[in-house]
Amino acid sequence: MDYAANLAMTLPEVILGVGAIVLMLVSAWGGSASTRAVSWTAVAVLAGACLALLGPASYGGSAFDGLYRADAFAAFAKVLIFIASGVAILLAPDFFQRTTGDDLRPEYPVLILLSAAGMGMMVSASDLLTLYVGLELQSLAAYVLASFMRRDTRSAEAGLKYFVLGALASGILLYGISLVYGFSGTTLFGGIAAAYAAPHSLGLLFGLVFVFAGLAFKLAAVPFHMWTPDVYEGAPTPVTAFFASAPKVAAMGLAVRVAVEAMGPATDQWRQIVIFAALASIVLGAVAAIGQTNIKRLLAYSSINNVGFALVGLAAGTPEGVSGVLIYMTIYIAMTLGSFLIVLQMRDDDGQPIENIAALSGMSRTRPGLAAALAIFMFSLAGIPPLFGFYAKFAVFDAAVRAGLFPLAAVGIAASTIGAYYYLRVVKTMYFDDPAPAFPKGNSPVEGGLIVLTAAFVSPLGYLAIPLLGGWTMTAARALFPAI
Amino acid sequence: MSGLPILSIMLLIPAVAAIACLFVPAATARAIALAATLVDFVLGVLLWANYDIGGAQWQFVEHGPAFGFFRWDLGIDGFALMLVMLSVFLMPICIGASWRAIEKRVPEYMAAFLLTETLMIGTFAAQDLFLFYLFFEAGLIPMYLIIGIWGGANRIYASYKFFLYTLLGSLLMLVAMLYMTQVAGTSSIPALQAFDFPGHVQTWLWLAFFASFAVKMPMWPVHTWLPDAHVQAPTAGSVILAGVLLKLGGYGFLRFSLPMFPEASGELTWLIFGLSAVAVIYTSLVALVQSDMKKLIAYSSVAHMAIVTIGLFAFNRQGIEGAMIMMLSHGLVSGALFLCVGVIYDRLHTREISRYGGLAINMPRYALFFLFFTMASIGLPGTSGFVAEFLALMGTYQVSTWIALLCTTSIILGAAYMLYLYRRVVFGEIKSEDVREMQDLSHRELWLLAPIAAVALWMGVYPESFMAPMRKDVGVLLARIDRATPPSDSKPTAGKPIPAAHAAAHGTAH
Repeated sequence: MDYAANLAMTLPEVILGVGAIVLMLVSAWGGSASTRAVSWTAVAVLAGACLALLGPASYGGSAFDGLYRADAFAAFAKVLIFIASGVAILLAPDFFQRTTGDDLRPEYPVLILLSAAGMGMMVSASDLLTLYVGLELQSLAAYVLASFMRRDTRSAEAGLKYFVLGALASGILLYGISLVYGFSGTTLFGGIAAAYAAPHSLGLLFGLVFVFAGLAFKLAAVPFHMWTPDVYEGAPTPVTAFFASAPKVAAMGLAVRVAVEAMGPATDQWRQIVIFAALASIVLGAVAAIGQTNIKRLLAYSSINNVGFALVGLAAGTPEGVSGVLIYMTIYIAMTLGSFLIVLQMRDDDGQPIENIAALSGMSRTRPGLAAALAIFMFSLAGIPPLFGFYAKFAVFDAAVRAGLFPLAAVGIAASTIGAYYYLRVVKTMYFDDPAPAFPKGNSPVEGGLIVLTAAFVSPLGYLAIPLLGGWTMTAARALFPAI
Repeated sequence: MSGLPILSIMLLIPAVAAIACLFVPAATARAIALAATLVDFVLGVLLWANYDIGGAQWQFVEHGPAFGFFRWDLGIDGFALMLVMLSVFLMPICIGASWRAIEKRVPEYMAAFLLTETLMIGTFAAQDLFLFYLFFEAGLIPMYLIIGIWGGANRIYASYKFFLYTLLGSLLMLVAMLYMTQVAGTSSIPALQAFDFPGHVQTWLWLAFFASFAVKMPMWPVHTWLPDAHVQAPTAGSVILAGVLLKLGGYGFLRFSLPMFPEASGELTWLIFGLSAVAVIYTSLVALVQSDMKKLIAYSSVAHMAIVTIGLFAFNRQGIEGAMIMMLSHGLVSGALFLCVGVIYDRLHTREISRYGGLAINMPRYALFFLFFTMASIGLPGTSGFVAEFLALMGTYQVSTWIALLCTTSIILGAAYMLYLYRRVVFGEIKSEDVREMQDLSHRELWLLAPIAAVALWMGVYPESFMAPMRKDVGVLLARIDRATPPSDSKPTAGKPIPAAHAAAHGTAH
């Protein structure tokens, strides 16, 4: 296959990579003054990458001798990743201006672009090396982003913590990869699947365990979740919003592809791991969130909880399950970005961010629109119909029941009652308690517009999107199951 | 009426009005809410007037677009018609009861109530399993807000308890629903009612549905959320909670548990009977010692709901019709009793029974209405309560004489706690000056109580109006569950052979 065809299939990453390099040069010469221009150009680059998905990038098949796969699954995940990355860029300038007093440095959008390119690689990887390169590109950019507020000790600590634990996870993953390679003799997913299908030694199973442990870290699934609350709390809020959205989709997409394409024949083996991680994440994410007083930590535990639910879909190991995971991630991204958009509105008169949940007290009277939006996100995260978050849970549990995993479905869904408690607590603080000092009104039409957009998507209006969403995710899921 | 999607319109009107309420000042919001609920009531009357008694089982059927996992399919049978009527009848009364009592955040309050109305009508009219679930579960959100924002001192605890209790039950039901649609390949309720699930699976599914409906009902021992929720909720919240939301449990048993899992229902009748008998005696005794009026009525609701469950699981016409009438009657009567409590609560701002006394002296009209509803709650002949209890207990007697015996104590104990309540509040001497200064019913309050009294009397004197639309549906249900009818304890093993004619005569004597 010639290079032109290969490059056409990898066009989104090519656009992102070239865009990132050019913008880096612009920012190096332009300095802080160029931030706005670089930010908007970066959003345009992401939009361009999205448009590139219309081409062979969404159906081309294998590129670069099987290192890279351009299929509907990757395309769907990339759309989510690029949108979430774009939102993370749009949120940043106002936040940094308010909190640090000086303008955002233009490296921020560049780092997000690099990270997005890495995430694109992750969901398209069909070789363990592509997987690792994509993952590291994403992670290294993310470490820098976490400590982007250099003068803030919490931010620096978050970056360091993320880096040390991330490096450890990468080590575990690499160890797993080396075991899989050593016992199967190939790094291509197709070859690995063949090795798992044939009678195989225990070494391959060890490799599987380590690979899943490394992926669980990236997903922030229990028991590899410890970094999440600290990093989410310490990182600047727009960065936290980014961490909670795009990399989650990428890691989930990667996990699904590895599980189904590379280790599909070993489904019974990894299913146990996934079921444990799912239930542990659901329960721990819910229980640990109850005591939190910081809204960002609360949302961190909420993200752990949500990853658990998404993993329920993966545990099914069927096209319906994969489609359920994609539906879950789509809706989850809207809910989590919306919640963080509202956290961004929580600030005092000097523009300094407030992260205490108690500060939301009585917000339904001081800022009724904002309170209603956050209530929608909270009820939706809790999975209460008629909000759209219910459909997300419905999709994954339906897949689990279809796959015959009744105990998983029953326990998982019952545990979501625990989660409902702390989401309700936020609603209670806003609606039942006496008003605290009101937050100053925001003057950013972008943030306001995004809140309205995400809230509308999560509200019952989202049901109108179900036929479309269901069709796309099913096409995407089928791409991973060629036999069916 | 064939072309007009009347059910969708009934759902749409309160929903649109709810959104409109959020953007207008308090006075306008009240007017919008009253207008919307009255329009819905008129549509409900039209619905009843056009309902073809003895016609097709499902009427006013609408097939809407599909949304991936559920279809917008609506339609009602006689049971649903009656419960929809109950909802649209009580709703304007609730709005009226809140006219003065609610002063803070009126637009949001009215919006929450209108939303509740939409969701309740939707629950009764849904013909798709998941559409039903959406409406059923979504009702938690407005009710949570109503209790939490406008409730009493301990409202936050009560709102959490209400929400989490009912959520846990419903989620288990959701898993069962997922399984059912997978096995049956359809989520249409009429189709599922004709689908036979294998025996052992039925038991599990039945238990999952039971988890949800028993909490909603509420049955002993998962009833404890109800007294808390009732006591803390504002008056109109209690009315709607007792009047309609408690009926969701009974409706669920009637619509899902019995026709979809008849064998499991037959096998587990002992469970329902046992819990109901405990509920009747235990909660009645608890009601006897309450010092808070709303709590007393809340416990009496649990006892009355137990009569509904034994009636439903009697597997015969009298039992099921009695249970349905009990649901309607209880919806009216306990709703009215909560209104009665609300009337004096608005004046003195306490629900302590001991603070009152001698209201017959300065509030004669109030005393009259309160007496009527007390009698209806006890089940005095001529009121709706009598028809309900008589039929339900008669049905039960055919299946289990012992349970009928135990549950009949409900009438005696009910009389005890209700009359005791009435004596302490209305009779005797006026104890304090502030009680002496209380005004009798205003015209607004009179107009809230009078329609309920009229309907309760109508149901007591001529229940045929309410039973006629349901008669055919009871027949359909019985034909479906007949094969699983549990053996009666009043028909012992065959003894000495007796002449056939004598045996027949003996049989009818029961």
